[in-house]
Amino acid sequence: MQEKNNIPEFNRETLDLVNQIIKRYPQGRQKSALLPVLHIAQSENSGWLSPEMMDYVATLLDILPIEVYEVASFYSMFNLKPVGNCVIEVCHTGPCWLNGAEKIIAHFETRLGIKPGETTADGKFTLKTVECLAACGNAPVIQVGTEYHENLTPEKADNLLEQWKRENKISHTNPYL
Amino acid sequence: MATQILLKNIDVPGLAEIQVYRKLGGYTAVEKALKTLSPDEVTDEVKKSGLKGRGGAGFPTGMKWSFIDKQSQKAKYLVCNYDESEPGTFKDRHIGQLNPHQLIEGMILGSYALGANTAYIYIRGELFYVLRIIEKAIAEAYKNGFLGENILGSGYSLDLYCHPGAGAYICGEETALLESLEGKRGNPRIKPPFPAIVGLYGSPTVVNNVETIATLPWIVNNGGEAYSAIGIGNSKGTKLISACGHINKPGIYEIELGLPVEEFIYSDEYCGGIRNGNKLKAVVAGGSSVPILPANLILKTAAGEPRLMSYESLSEGGFQTGTMLGSGGFIVMDHTACIVKNLLTFARFYRHESCGQCSPCREGTSWMEKILMRIEGGQGTMKDIDLLVDIAKHVEGNTICPLGDAAAWPVASAIRHFREEFEEHVKLQKCPF
Ligand SMILES: Cc1cc2nc3c(=O)[nH]c(=O)nc-3n(C[C@H](O)[C@H](O)[C@H](O)COP(=O)(O)O)c2cc1C
Ligand code: SF4
Ligand code: FES
Repeated sequence: MQEKNNIPEFNRETLDLVNQIIKRYPQGRQKSALLPVLHIAQSENSGWLSPEMMDYVATLLDILPIEVYEVASFYSMFNLKPVGNCVIEVCHTGPCWLNGAEKIIAHFETRLGIKPGETTADGKFTLKTVECLAACGNAPVIQVGTEYHENLTPEKADNLLEQWKRENKISHTNPYL
Repeated sequence: MATQILLKNIDVPGLAEIQVYRKLGGYTAVEKALKTLSPDEVTDEVKKSGLKGRGGAGFPTGMKWSFIDKQSQKAKYLVCNYDESEPGTFKDRHIGQLNPHQLIEGMILGSYALGANTAYIYIRGELFYVLRIIEKAIAEAYKNGFLGENILGSGYSLDLYCHPGAGAYICGEETALLESLEGKRGNPRIKPPFPAIVGLYGSPTVVNNVETIATLPWIVNNGGEAYSAIGIGNSKGTKLISACGHINKPGIYEIELGLPVEEFIYSDEYCGGIRNGNKLKAVVAGGSSVPILPANLILKTAAGEPRLMSYESLSEGGFQTGTMLGSGGFIVMDHTACIVKNLLTFARFYRHESCGQCSPCREGTSWMEKILMRIEGGQGTMKDIDLLVDIAKHVEGNTICPLGDAAAWPVASAIRHFREEFEEHVKLQKCPF
């Protein structure tokens, strides 16, 4: 992504993807591409949707900025505030709770020194609790970017954390790629 | 071994690739339908099969299709509901991930029957990695002539696309799903009109669950009658059950409808019994929305008959002593599980997922969560328990979409069957677990 006077702009490759997605919907229904394009936009904008980015998406789809804001604020996968490089989403719904989700959340809290909804001071990790990820048979479950990690234990969590630290994990990659 | 329609080849390596799928007989149903059957004949087979929608509501699929106005000049759409967000439900994820071509083949058959030339698979945004697998399979299907213009020289054309959601359980409700697909907030529409008349972009539309659609190739290949020979009573065919919680073998099982619940929970072929030899306490049999039942009532009906995994048997006794098959999300709790705490996680879920359009749902889900937090946290009173029952009663049936009911039923049923446990929380002023 490049920026001209603070206005974001996708590169050629990303624009091609966006245009290809718009063509999936009938003529004049390009607004249908809003969710897919917001996913891409978020991944291009460090994992969150800034007002500038939402305005840019509005111009791409030829809709009003307000149409983008009202949608972005409805869906829980869209972050309207900056997040860390690696967002760890821990499922805390019934089936995961029955199988120890609270222990996993507490473990991440201690290791990272933050509560759900917070980001570490170095900006590397954000911890989030989320609702059922449709993987309850392998509870407890966490999601990082488009990856699922299932049957989680504190040991597994430590191994993952170490790996992510080592490789400077970035979870907001383009979900289509 | 029960008939396997959805999981038969699921362990075959490379099943997601079109050559492997075809070697196992894949896409023969499309060939059969497009070369030898009219769209109405396909619909007739589905009607004959007795297949009911597997998304939760259990509406007969063939009948739903017949509501589509074939004479309408507007485009028609088939939309696959791949939102799979009902807690305890994790069956559809499996199909797209491991056997995407069976879903695609089903989409072609359904679209052909409905006269749709464009179809969408609406998949929850969290499952982007599955979306990528399906998109790859769709590309293969185009390349092999099963999608696109003039499929197999039949004159029939179909374009199929995936569309990601972005984290909203309510978008599993079919009209919210259509709003979302149009690029809007997922607010359910007031019905009527139903999607069959005014659906996607105002056009006649059918929304069907992943499992429903993935069953279609088998029905076309083997005939509706063969399908209806499986199962029991009005519960025809097989059903995927995703089992989780305190069992030895959590996972996804394809059962013939009519299997005794006791066998499902205890036999090694299925759940393999309760973990650590613990005692069965309760089951939520069809996803978080359906009434919870205590061990005695899930194993046997109030009349003492063995409870079966079927639409009729699970709902036997109404909400007083029965429940529903729902989505097939089977959540098992042993004696160490706190009913109040589990319910609190569900209440939080429904509060979080309410779209906020109707005040009974918006306010009610938030109150129920707050009161449950109070009881679980040791600050509840006996009056709070009755208050919960009262709120649930006021939410139920008073909302635009069934999410209100879905939020109320777990609360009402937990108190109906486990009132002592709520009272114990109040008396001890803490959670006894
Ligand atoms: C709140 C709510 C959530 C729902 N979630 C889903 C879902 O995730 N998947 C699904 O197939 N149906 C879901 N449904 C049911 C759909 O509205 C619809 O009945 C179903 O997709 C129809 O497909 P079927 O007839 O093949 O079951 C949900 C309904 C409600 C009220
Ligand atoms: S019942 Fe709840 S989720 Fe459904 S439309 Fe009303 S507020 Fe929205
Ligand atoms: S409850 Fe965590 S994946 Fe379903």
